[in-house]
Amino acid sequence: MLTETKTQTFRQVYQEEIAGIRAAGLYKEERFIHAAQGAEIEVEFPQGAAPRRVLNLCANNYLGLSSHPEVLAAAHAGLDYRGYGMSSVRFICGTQDIHRELERRLTGFLGTEDTILFSSCLDANGGVFEALFNEKDVLIADRLVHASIVDGMRLCKAMQDTYKHSDMTHLAEKLAEHADKRFRVIVTDGVFSMDGDLARLDAIVALAEKHDALVFVDDSHATGFIGRTGRGTPEHFGVLGKIDLITTTFGKALGGASGGCVSGRRELVEMCRQRARPYLFSNTLASVIVSGTLKVLDIISETTERRDRLESNTRYWRQLLAEARFDVKPGESPIVPVMLYNAKLAQDVARDLFAEGVYVVGFFFPVVAKGQARIRTQLSAAHERAHLERAIDAFVKVGKKYGILGKTKNEIVERYGL
Amino acid sequence: MDDLQKTILDYVKREYLEEGDDRELGVKTPLITGGIVDSFSMVSLKRFLEKKYGIKIPDADATPEAFDSVARIALLVEKIAAVRA
Repeated sequence: MLTETKTQTFRQVYQEEIAGIRAAGLYKEERFIHAAQGAEIEVEFPQGAAPRRVLNLCANNYLGLSSHPEVLAAAHAGLDYRGYGMSSVRFICGTQDIHRELERRLTGFLGTEDTILFSSCLDANGGVFEALFNEKDVLIADRLVHASIVDGMRLCKAMQDTYKHSDMTHLAEKLAEHADKRFRVIVTDGVFSMDGDLARLDAIVALAEKHDALVFVDDSHATGFIGRTGRGTPEHFGVLGKIDLITTTFGKALGGASGGCVSGRRELVEMCRQRARPYLFSNTLASVIVSGTLKVLDIISETTERRDRLESNTRYWRQLLAEARFDVKPGESPIVPVMLYNAKLAQDVARDLFAEGVYVVGFFFPVVAKGQARIRTQLSAAHERAHLERAIDAFVKVGKKYGILGKTKNEIVERYGL
Repeated sequence: MDDLQKTILDYVKREYLEEGDDRELGVKTPLITGGIVDSFSMVSLKRFLEKKYGIKIPDADATPEAFDSVARIALLVEKIAAVRA
């Protein structure tokens, strides 16, 4: 047990650190949701306030399957027939037939050679590099890859390098610079989570072929809806089957629960099964999630109706924002960032939108680069056009209040600073 | 600005500024705290310095503070090169 003095010391250290986070305006407040995930949800904010029904424009529920009745029924069946707890890691007694079935189904869906499940995509990214690469290799990453990839790369002994965001000339220079390495691995997100733009996988694959490099893509913000049949960014760019390693999540479009995978070349997947530490030392994926995800794959393999609706909603929302003359990052994914540049302005606008019944979050440094604060809106197939029309009314009202409609970046920065 | 600082500044501009980025960079411009270089992409700068000047920068010395401006980086390089000499 800690002495009283020691207790006071450590409390003081962390209290001061937390106070510093608050003072810098970086403290993250959690909002309590009193409903299942959907286009409209009941939110308690601030804590203790009566829950309010608001429109949700910040969920990763891209296909609107988080609370789909068929997914819920499948998850219930998984629970009934395979129980609640798996009580083991995969290689002891935690591999059920449905785990292997889900791996096979994902392999077919993603157009790869094999797949291995992880408890999350963060775990997949955390384990995959260290399991496969060493001092003889180099990992060359886009500078805007997800934090879990950065962490996974840091756990790996391979040399690390980066290239300017989506800059193919810079990537080509780096590939040439590391020509002496055993494996050169190009590491990128498929869709970048903050800007919503797509990695240029056609150009990346061409460079990989020219320089004899491997390609790694985290397609978490794409699997299920990007590409004509939702196979992700490789399908969108016509390079299905040419990506050596794909990681993705079941925590976004594929039902939104949790879980993820590494999918790709057979030997690489097999090596992950032997060496990836988050796979070896963490419990196997719960049957509820396995069964739910299998049903999601049934639904999205049968029809593209949901991804088509998401695409249509995205186009409509972008059109509404453009007509209202907001400064919006161009793109085609359902991540639509409304640029405000100033961190405090982003927080104030998000707070006022909540008061108007629209739930969005302001993002600012260090989540995005300094001076790049924004409201990240995310579309869902669960949204109706009426939802988006209600949302734009709120955006316009708040936009007028802050005088940002029709303003350029320089004009916003001149008024509010960076 | 001496030759060492100029070489480092040129590399930083080439390696870290995106096309169209019109920020003025000088030898005292904060790189890490200014959001121009982050710890993830800093490794290429460290490797460039080691290769260019034939030195080994110990991880303990490659801190965000020591890499926060071209002037500080130049000081670090000079210090390590002097010890080696």
